Amino acid sequence: MSILINKDTRVVVQGITGKEGTFHTQQCLEYGTNIVAGVTPGKGGQKWEGKVPVYNTVAEAVEKEGANAALIFVPPPFCADAIMEATDAGVEVIVTITEGIPTLDMLKAKRYMEGKNVRMIGPNCPGAITPGECKMGIMPGYIFSKGPVGLLSRSGTLTYEAVWQLTERGIGQSTCFGIGGDPIIGSTFVDLLALFKDDPETEAIVLIGEIGGSAEEEAAAYIKENMPDTPVVAFIAGRTAPPGRRMGHAGAIIAGGKGTAAEKVAALKAAGVHVVDSPAEIGATMAKVLGK
Amino acid sequence: MKVHEYQAKEVFREYGIPVPKGGVAETPQEARKVAEEIGGNLWVVKAQIHAGGRGKGGGVKLAKSLDEVEELAGKILGMTLVTHQTGPQGKLVRKVLVEQGLNIEKELYMGMVIDRASERIVMMVSTEGGVEIEKVAAETPEKILKAYIDPLVGMMPYQTRQLAYGLGLTGDLVKKAGRFMLGLYNAFIGKDASLAEINPLVITKEGDLIALDAKMNFDDNALYRHNDIVEMRDLHEEEPLEVEASKYDLNYIKLDGNIGCMVNGAGLAMATMDIIKLYGGEPANFLDVGGAASAERVENAFRILLSDPNVKAVLVNIFGGIVRCDRVANGIAQAAKNLDVKVPIVVRLEGTNSKEGMEILNNSGLSFITAVGMADAAEKVAKAAGVA
Repeated sequence: MSILINKDTRVVVQGITGKEGTFHTQQCLEYGTNIVAGVTPGKGGQKWEGKVPVYNTVAEAVEKEGANAALIFVPPPFCADAIMEATDAGVEVIVTITEGIPTLDMLKAKRYMEGKNVRMIGPNCPGAITPGECKMGIMPGYIFSKGPVGLLSRSGTLTYEAVWQLTERGIGQSTCFGIGGDPIIGSTFVDLLALFKDDPETEAIVLIGEIGGSAEEEAAAYIKENMPDTPVVAFIAGRTAPPGRRMGHAGAIIAGGKGTAAEKVAALKAAGVHVVDSPAEIGATMAKVLGK
Repeated sequence: MKVHEYQAKEVFREYGIPVPKGGVAETPQEARKVAEEIGGNLWVVKAQIHAGGRGKGGGVKLAKSLDEVEELAGKILGMTLVTHQTGPQGKLVRKVLVEQGLNIEKELYMGMVIDRASERIVMMVSTEGGVEIEKVAAETPEKILKAYIDPLVGMMPYQTRQLAYGLGLTGDLVKKAGRFMLGLYNAFIGKDASLAEINPLVITKEGDLIALDAKMNFDDNALYRHNDIVEMRDLHEEEPLEVEASKYDLNYIKLDGNIGCMVNGAGLAMATMDIIKLYGGEPANFLDVGGAASAERVENAFRILLSDPNVKAVLVNIFGGIVRCDRVANGIAQAAKNLDVKVPIVVRLEGTNSKEGMEILNNSGLSFITAVGMADAAEKVAKAAGVA
């Protein structure tokens, strides 16, 4: 088991003929992801790299190839449109890699998805992966291994760091998500914790948060209430970040004294989460928690 | 992106939001001329810097004659204004805004932000104008009224009425407030703002609603569609090294410590700063070299972080994913050679081709300190900087 994506996921790549789209589609295919179609308006009828059929619209890709998940590499000015197109075409999972989408565009796209049978990961994220089955993202596939730990993170390379620490110790992962560094994202920690809760294969969780917003506090409340027996190891990046500055990610900012690492750490600790002070301790702490 | 008050008021004018008559000046003589054009017998001279608390810091003064306008502008221009938002070093005032004095009956507060928790734009108003809104929110949150705006529908007139009546306004002022709020909403949407704040928003004795102050921040991701806003950028208000870094698309933030860091990815960069601190060091900067981390980017990044004279040692922390560590290592070696780096450099490479990368550094003939894992790297760099 795993959550959201697995070996049966049929992926359509939006923006498949672009530079990023082409490179990462290649990487995903090599990992074994079932990529059934691509979409680039105006290039319908072509075959990408001679193997994947390209369509003008996502609706066509869904109809002709049975795509049920969309991986989006569309540039920021057109990305909200691409998200809404995928939603309207009826895919159940969207993973948006694109960085730099205007916040007001994302607000609209998120509102558009409300009440519809679709779940989005991202934007501004490395994507999602169920090790050994399906990689929808730009992460290096070889660092992941199959196992019982679900991982959620607002960061990209810090996710790789944590996963590497787990894999090196022989601790595999069920499904891993980079949920994105923007202020408005498709799925929050809580949205995905709720899915992990019902996944029999996921025995423990790694949660990597950072300054800005209140997603970690909400996660803490959810864990305390709904999954008190699931071991959770967390790290919060940005204890040394100055207030009022955006630390790379659009969402990583302490505003009006809110969103500090200290508040998040306190909330998670109060919920019984194993919060590590050092990012180098994530793997070792999980090993200890799992008795390995 | 931040702008000055006078620039936010230009945006307000474009959307029909009432602001006081006024103009910006860079010399006392210009200030006098602006006051003359405004007319009347009461003016306000306001320092223009990207920070709040200007009044308390002595950057906002009332003038009762043209001579006084000129005199006060002369005092404020060139002063280093220290407020709770500038830090102890303060900010040099290069411009003043000269405005007509108003007959103030009442001071209100109005603000608009993107609320992350509800995923809506929120308009907030309060009868407690002219004071710090964070204080009101903490002590008397019931005095802040909010309207949550559906992004697919926009702000509706009934929402403006709810807020206006909630503020205790009556008669004509309710209508004026409605127009004011819709104007602010349109400005927010029209220019891709991330924050708009009017504190105070005043009701004059003549019964008008006027934005006495104005603050706007804009979404960096949306600047590509707002050339008029991009032109408002004031480089004087930014840290020179950060301006330099932005030319190369590098995400650099200067801090006060002595250990320079170069990392790929924003989260890992923050985590690297944190672990440096855990081992007794102080980070000199945040620097995300980005996913590509090409030789050219690495060299530019080195040049920028080494131009900070406080830097006593550098920590390079790269987790190679799609980026291969051997390529990054070549970039590091080349940059260290070209720039003749004098401070110790600790390098930690992990992920794709990290072994090859380490070999390149070890065979480069340069004296890199290599590390395995983040803890080892942090410990070594703290030692190299002489702090642990």
